[in-house]
Amino acid sequence: MSTLAKAALSPRTTNQTKVRTQTELAWRRFRRHPSAMVALITLIVLILIVTIGPMIYTVNPIKPNPLNGYVQMFSPKAPLGTDDVGRDLLARLLFGGRISLAVGVFAMLVSIIIGTLIGSYAGYYGGLRDFALSRFTDLFQALPVVPVLLLVTYLFKEPIKVSLGRELGVFVLVVGMIGALNWMTTARLVRSSFMSLKARDFVEAAHALGVSEAAIMFRHILPNALGPIVISATLNVGGAIITESVLSFLGVGFEADWPTWGSLVFQYKDFIGILNHAVLLPALMIFITVLAVNYLGEGLRDALDPRKSR
Amino acid sequence: MSKYRFFKLCSLTAAASMLLAACGSTAPTAPTAAPKATDAPAKPAATTAAPAATAVPAKPAGKRGAGDTLRILYWQAPTILNAHLASGTKDFDASRLILEPLAAIGPDGSPVPTLAAEIPTLANGGIAKDQTSITWKLKKDVKWSDGTPFTADDVVFTYNYCANKETGCSTASAFAGLKSVEAVDASTVKITFDKPSAAPYRTFVSTQGYILQKKQFANCIGANAAKDSACQAANNAPVGTGPFKLKEFKSGDTVTYVMNENYRDPDKPFFKEVVFKGGGDAPSAARAAFQTGDTDYAWNLQVEWAVLDQLVKTGGKAVLVNTPTSNVERVMFNATDPSAALGDKRGEVGSPHPFFTDKKVRQALAMAIDRKTIAEQLYGQTGDPTCELITTDPFISPSKLYGGLRKCEPNIEGAKKLLDEAGWKAGAGGIREKDGKKLKVTFLTSTNTLRQKEQALIKDAWAAIGVDTELLNVSSTVFFSTDAGSNDTIGKFFNDVQMYTNNYTTPDPTDYLCDFTTGQISAKSNGWRSGNNVRYSNPEYDKLCDQLRAAADDAARKDIVVKMNDLLVTDAFVVPLVARKRVSAMAKDLKGVKGTPWDSEMWDIADWSR
Repeated sequence: MSTLAKAALSPRTTNQTKVRTQTELAWRRFRRHPSAMVALITLIVLILIVTIGPMIYTVNPIKPNPLNGYVQMFSPKAPLGTDDVGRDLLARLLFGGRISLAVGVFAMLVSIIIGTLIGSYAGYYGGLRDFALSRFTDLFQALPVVPVLLLVTYLFKEPIKVSLGRELGVFVLVVGMIGALNWMTTARLVRSSFMSLKARDFVEAAHALGVSEAAIMFRHILPNALGPIVISATLNVGGAIITESVLSFLGVGFEADWPTWGSLVFQYKDFIGILNHAVLLPALMIFITVLAVNYLGEGLRDALDPRKSR
Repeated sequence: MSKYRFFKLCSLTAAASMLLAACGSTAPTAPTAAPKATDAPAKPAATTAAPAATAVPAKPAGKRGAGDTLRILYWQAPTILNAHLASGTKDFDASRLILEPLAAIGPDGSPVPTLAAEIPTLANGGIAKDQTSITWKLKKDVKWSDGTPFTADDVVFTYNYCANKETGCSTASAFAGLKSVEAVDASTVKITFDKPSAAPYRTFVSTQGYILQKKQFANCIGANAAKDSACQAANNAPVGTGPFKLKEFKSGDTVTYVMNENYRDPDKPFFKEVVFKGGGDAPSAARAAFQTGDTDYAWNLQVEWAVLDQLVKTGGKAVLVNTPTSNVERVMFNATDPSAALGDKRGEVGSPHPFFTDKKVRQALAMAIDRKTIAEQLYGQTGDPTCELITTDPFISPSKLYGGLRKCEPNIEGAKKLLDEAGWKAGAGGIREKDGKKLKVTFLTSTNTLRQKEQALIKDAWAAIGVDTELLNVSSTVFFSTDAGSNDTIGKFFNDVQMYTNNYTTPDPTDYLCDFTTGQISAKSNGWRSGNNVRYSNPEYDKLCDQLRAAADDAARKDIVVKMNDLLVTDAFVVPLVARKRVSAMAKDLKGVKGTPWDSEMWDIADWSR
């Protein structure tokens, strides 16, 4: 055997020509996106802090302890101090983060599910069904989100609390409503992806092989439309956290003494100049989270786009 | 800018913010020791101006219309300008620029003639020797803002308007206990009482006694008052005798007034225009007055003391007007069942509350509350802890407010014992149960960071005795309205517990106390407008009210008032928390403001100037 032929068959050469999967390529592209990597690490750290933090720092975030009065920052008893009725600010920040992030993630899931279902159905079938669903999407797009949220909360808060309990009921209502009013962008993105993908050869081939329409939609086309869905999902997380903050600010979200990052900003907004960190830290957490989620989305968009060379 | 540079910029901003957050906090000194309870009322802060009547001698207002626009800020927006159908102080005060009573009540508790030519007394014969009638002589040169003359017929009409129960006057109690109101002549009105009365300045006086124009409201007596479209329009645009007349009213937002050229004093008012802006919240109103100077007068600055003190010290554009009043922040327990499942019977007398009908439960919840902490931590110099609803002389001495007559210390063990005696035993999660029902309450108040902290402190106290409390809050514009479409108003009281401040606006608390009688129960039939929204009903209390209305002797009256206060407090449907001062702010260049606890803050607006 010639030297050239031996070299061609060596394991080293085989490795060099190994074909990477789409996931590996996407991860490779994502890793080369520095701001997205920073955002991902930031989010992981934030999630770890708010999930593990309250297990380590076990101070009750709701119970007042007015006998203490104000406790200043960096006190051994309360690292971030307390508010004027003695509630521990670090405990409130950690617990509030848990609720805010949970609202963001679950509301995103609701909006993605609704948006994907409507967008895929409209994009795949087209025609009258597309027209009807597109107008339905336009209708929701035209709704003023905050007034509708206030109205729905007013109408359904009591019945849902009776059905699901106080805390879970409010959580489901807030998450459900935020999700149900933020699916339109996802639906439009999915619809346009489906419209372009359904004419591709692999879809024609699936039709020819007798694959069911549901399978074509969700097993063949949907994986190819994941890029815009993932991007939309990340944007929705940030939007949901901000919307929950608005609800808390208006006093219609979670119970008044339950901290969320948004409600902490509301509760301590008058203390600017007195307890600056009490309002700035939760505001900063919202800011960092939303920023990180947006950069993560940007990184995912680039990573999931096969036309990107990086 | 590339996204990388943008990200770096954001990161730097974030880092800078954290640094600021860490370094910029100037937490106030911890109140390590609670201030010692004293018998003397708290002295005003150094930064607190006494009512302008004493601090700044009122100068005569300048020439009529010499001033520009006066900007008034109420964080509760007025929703109606007919004070007799009003639902809150903001409506009474917004109405007062247009509508007037026969007499106001000044800072010292004495009546001051407004539409009356003089104050009737025993000495001048205005009050009958047997105290069964009072005769008011009216000023003869008074005109309504539409140019027509004001006469005794208008006064009689106002009585007929509110004496009709179907009208649903929220001021009805001021017109109770009268045999007749008659026009002796065009400028004389005689009021005859059912029984001799030692409180003759009760009708047509202060905020409860604004006179309506007969011509405008003639067809508005009874159910028409709120239903007829012409009457609804009149309620939002009354013709009045006051120093200003309406230019524009955006309900729930802004009232714009212009000078009333038919006002009886040719030199007043000083301001050409008044913009009475409603909405926002107390802290933003305080900032608008002290820091930005965006308003000339800001009402009811119910802001946490730590915040208010800081604003007063650093703002510099206004001074605090801190007037002792009869205001009492209170928690109220619903005597009726607020459950939505009851439909039309919800909140009605025939549907008793499942557990607040038990006096021991009410008393236990009242006993657990730490009023002292609430007052000291949140109100500071603007409120004192109290267990009394009547907090002013001569009926109760301020020295007895706290630590005197009735100890206000929380008693958790005593509260637990009462609940044990009532049969409520600790269940799962420490929440008490009886007959399979958990001791859970819903607790509503207006959206206000101070009130939410009060709620948190009370919830914590109730949790310590095994009561599960769900905190609710709603915009003050809704909470204090009479909006029939909302279930979150104080009149409907469709929750177990609610909290707000109320007061009596005349030195004599007869009407205020008699608002808790059976006849004043708030119900669907009266549009949920009557004053007794806890639906308290006690025949003994009703009897005391009758006696108070009839008593002519001052000592006897004082005795009855104390008994009524004690009965209310020990029955514990109404639980007093904090005796609040009236806290407002006025621009440094505003003159002529004389605070009185007994009348609207707008009572002397004709005298205001720069």
